[in-house]
Amino acid sequence: MKPLALLVPDALTATAVPVQAENSWVKAFESLEVFGVPVGIFAIPAIPLVFIALYALYVGVYGERKVSAFMQDRIGPNETGKWGLLQTIADILKLIQKEDIVPIAADKPLFVLGPLIIFVGAFAAYAVLPFSSEFIGADLNVGVFYAVSIVSVEAVGILMCGWGSNNKWSLFGAVRSVAQVVSYEIPASIAILVGVMMAGSLSMQKIVMSQSGELGILHYAVFQSPVAWIAMIIYFIAALAECNRAPFDIPEAESELVSGYFTEYGGMKFAMIFLAEYASMFMTSVILSVLFLGGWNSPLPNIGGVALNDWTSGPVWGAFWIILKGFFFVIVMMWVRWTFPRFRVDQLMYLCWKVLTPIALLIFVFAAVWELYVR
Amino acid sequence: METVSFILFSFLGALVMVGSIGTVWSRNPVTSALFLVLNFFALGGIYLLLEAQFIAVVQVIVYAGAIMVLFLFTIMLLNLDDEQALKEKFDLQKGFGILLGGVLLVEVLYILGLKINLPQKSTTLTPVEIGEAKNIGRELITNFLFPFEIVSILLLLAVVGAIVLAKKNFSPNT
Repeated sequence: MKPLALLVPDALTATAVPVQAENSWVKAFESLEVFGVPVGIFAIPAIPLVFIALYALYVGVYGERKVSAFMQDRIGPNETGKWGLLQTIADILKLIQKEDIVPIAADKPLFVLGPLIIFVGAFAAYAVLPFSSEFIGADLNVGVFYAVSIVSVEAVGILMCGWGSNNKWSLFGAVRSVAQVVSYEIPASIAILVGVMMAGSLSMQKIVMSQSGELGILHYAVFQSPVAWIAMIIYFIAALAECNRAPFDIPEAESELVSGYFTEYGGMKFAMIFLAEYASMFMTSVILSVLFLGGWNSPLPNIGGVALNDWTSGPVWGAFWIILKGFFFVIVMMWVRWTFPRFRVDQLMYLCWKVLTPIALLIFVFAAVWELYVR
Repeated sequence: METVSFILFSFLGALVMVGSIGTVWSRNPVTSALFLVLNFFALGGIYLLLEAQFIAVVQVIVYAGAIMVLFLFTIMLLNLDDEQALKEKFDLQKGFGILLGGVLLVEVLYILGLKINLPQKSTTLTPVEIGEAKNIGRELITNFLFPFEIVSILLLLAVVGAIVLAKKNFSPNT
């Protein structure tokens, strides 16, 4: 047994044995057939869909109401069911029963298609989220890039909603929202590139694998370079803006625009837009944890004989860790929403173009030099 | 697998055609632009069938995402509700369009009619490997460095030009 002082530098320099992601659960699903019908192919996308529904019900809507209540010294929903747990179910029942109204002056095809495209854009990115070392919808070799690009389709859906509603508030909301989403894609993408450079791959599973090791949290990308944490914060801010979350919620700014691009929507169409917002919150949180915080790797280190890292690694633990990290950032987003006031439009653009983008470009160059010559 | 990719190709090809025909035919500029989004998106799917994942994703983010959003933006802000207002102004453009379309038609007929030999494969990489970001990046920085730099200067010029145009009538005191 070595003394502890010798043990630590030794372990730091030792090359980490990478955990191999086999995607074996996905492969098992792919070959699953019932009476010759490839059920498994449909089960793979169904799993994230069910997950989104459950997460939006409990962490999303219920969680947000409880968090906001806590922050404003209220109690929050507590009548329907124990601790108000059935409140969101009741809300969904109400939304389903509502009359499906399409305004007469609206452009009907655009009005109906808009929410669908917004939701599809948010949901399609789940195809490349690594839920565990054994489960990822599609391990593309351009995974992160795919996620960034498919989310930009959401902007088209938002424009369709805003234009199709034929309402001034909606159009203003849509124009603001799209300007914001398109602008903030730039610092977000540069921050993502910093993470990608450190991992040396665009594939989600390879990025996660490059951060595994027996020291747990110390192998995470955020601790591997002096600027990685800046990239992480820039990505988090940009993600808030891309999800149209407060303090960047000027597209729906209630005090100015009624409720922005979805002013005219009610019932299930409204629920769809809402679901898409929560879906993209979790999606950006997971991308952030994959790039900088080790994805499904356990944060606990092996300390001598107490192999905490080995005990908490594995496919099921992986799913636990990544969902935990995702939920953590979703809760932080709620915390931010109920803490900070809304930006003005010009402040928003100032922050994006004159603060975040130059800083992101600088740390991008610094990170590249660091990767080439230091690490 | 062959049949699956054939079905996918037919579906995506049909979408591309619906998109392009819709772009030309629809009366409303916004609908027209949205059909163009459909066209670009389906084209990205066809790239994916050719196992060019990187190009497919670039197609979606650059064309279907960014450029088309700016198109839609311009259309909505300029409020080009009726195309009648545009009709007289752009006769020169129409002539130019006919010229370019004719050249393209001749090119397509030339390739189809003469069945000219396509360039031979000069690489040992599989299609999937060619499409990877790593290999594309390496080619851009080695064999195609000059065109790559020229294109980047062109884009820089476009950015500078946009700023100059935007600042032309701008004085900070008013």
